Amino acid sequence: MTRADVAAPLGGGSLAAAESAFGALRGERRRRGLLGWGLLALVFLASAFVAELDPTRIWAGLPRITEYAERTLPLLRWGHLPEDLAEWFWDLGHWLQLLAETVVMAYLATLVGSLFAFLGCFFATRGLAPNAPLAWVIRRGFEFARAVPELVFALLFIYAFGLGPMAGVMAVALHSLGAQGKLFAEAAEGAGAGPVDGIRAAGGSWAESIRFGVVPQILPNLASFTLWRFEINVRNSAIIGFVGAGGIGEAVFTAVRLLHYEDVSALLILLVVTVSVIDQLCGRLRHRLIGGETAK
Amino acid sequence: MSASQDVAAWQARMPAAFGRRGLARGLRWVLALGAVGFTLGAFVWFEMTPARFLGGLAELLRVSLLMLPPSPGEQPMELFWALLETLAMAVAGTVVAAVLAVPLGFLAARNVISLAPFRFGLRRFMDVLRGVDQLVWALIFVRAVGLGPLAGVLAIIVSDTGTLAKLYSEALENADRRPVDGVRAAGGDGVQSARFGLLPQALPLILSNILYIFESNVRSSTILGIVGAGGIGFQLSDRIRALRWDEAAFIILMILATVALIDWGSAALRRRLLRP
Repeated sequence: MTRADVAAPLGGGSLAAAESAFGALRGERRRRGLLGWGLLALVFLASAFVAELDPTRIWAGLPRITEYAERTLPLLRWGHLPEDLAEWFWDLGHWLQLLAETVVMAYLATLVGSLFAFLGCFFATRGLAPNAPLAWVIRRGFEFARAVPELVFALLFIYAFGLGPMAGVMAVALHSLGAQGKLFAEAAEGAGAGPVDGIRAAGGSWAESIRFGVVPQILPNLASFTLWRFEINVRNSAIIGFVGAGGIGEAVFTAVRLLHYEDVSALLILLVVTVSVIDQLCGRLRHRLIGGETAK
Repeated sequence: MSASQDVAAWQARMPAAFGRRGLARGLRWVLALGAVGFTLGAFVWFEMTPARFLGGLAELLRVSLLMLPPSPGEQPMELFWALLETLAMAVAGTVVAAVLAVPLGFLAARNVISLAPFRFGLRRFMDVLRGVDQLVWALIFVRAVGLGPLAGVLAIIVSDTGTLAKLYSEALENADRRPVDGVRAAGGDGVQSARFGLLPQALPLILSNILYIFESNVRSSTILGIVGAGGIGFQLSDRIRALRWDEAAFIILMILATVALIDWGSAALRRRLLRP
């Protein structure tokens, strides 16, 4: 805000009046700013106390953290590079199999979650849904599935379906159903009403108006959301093994727990490479699908 | 001219307006069949049979009935303290990450430091920090500093410093150049042009990003406890392992209510920040 802006409502009064009005406004803003920062500082200090974020403890733990990082570094010598690498990635075959399991888990979970979200979203969309109470129920169902973390579903499903990838797939799929359902319903809500009205006017049924009026409009967006969900699900499937629900997470969990330091770094490298390759591929596909609108 | 001749003539004129024919169509069928086969194969690989599915569903139903009514159990205070710890982890982790990300974000922004190799290295380093999941960091920090919320806070700090630095640098790069040039022209130095030219433009977006990350951290800190890094997640996995379903349901409801409340408050704040 400039001085002229402040002076204007005063009817072009004296400069001193404008000056004091400006000063008052500035002081007010400053006081509010200070109050906000003070409150934030107070909340932070209380949080740090509850969360045991104690500088002395961190200082004491720092050598342990650096020592941990050091011990994960493998012994690599120029002369013996192939042997050293083989030693570092000693269980590569098994790890690659677990990685493949992780990616396939993400694929199945994305497929199942998105398929049910696709079928459900038209019954949950405002303006399209044939039945308002049903739409409300489905929307709340989506919300619940989205709000509960995958790992919590996984804990329950391990009990119900037993250890292994099935529980993981179900957990990730259920969470995906919630997240995708919301996005799909929003996409359907944003679709133009023209084609739908046209099909209804020509005597088409509700299902036909969805199939030929809405789906063609939103399909590229849905495919893009699904690819994006797949990227997220690869990450989620990688950690779901921590509780025993399949995938590379089990190997990571064991390596960290049993202090197999070099395995930890090898597994993390494999994981980061896999995730970033999949992100790159999916990112490219996504940009092509939505016509490069969001491409940079 | 018969109708079929008519169609053939139009197809010759405008092939793209008709469905694919011959080889292209066959290839599509092969791809579709391959995808179906792959999917079925995956179900077989994971032993996801209908019988197992139905059995599990029946078990889930039985468990859901045992969850009713949800109960706080014998030590409700323990649960509320754990929830408070969860929120404290999210606040402390977000604040520290937000502060640590400031220098990194400025260094990674193209329009602040013009040292390409340095920027490239910094960005890849932040990518790695972000590429490893928060829960993996938590697992590692539990080993390094012991059980408890500190490991969770450190995991949040490490994974979100990279994310926030990236978001800051993008906010700075998308800022208008002209105010910076103005400060320069008026005789300001590099730091002053960043402070008075860039920061006022980027600040609302940066604060909004911080709030967004905070919401995400509240969600993730509810599960960090599952690997022993503090918060309500530990109580939840403990109750599920002990098959105390009514208490598990109570904890899940507590988490849902807290997350909804935080999202609501944070969304309201963000709307105020981004209001022009």
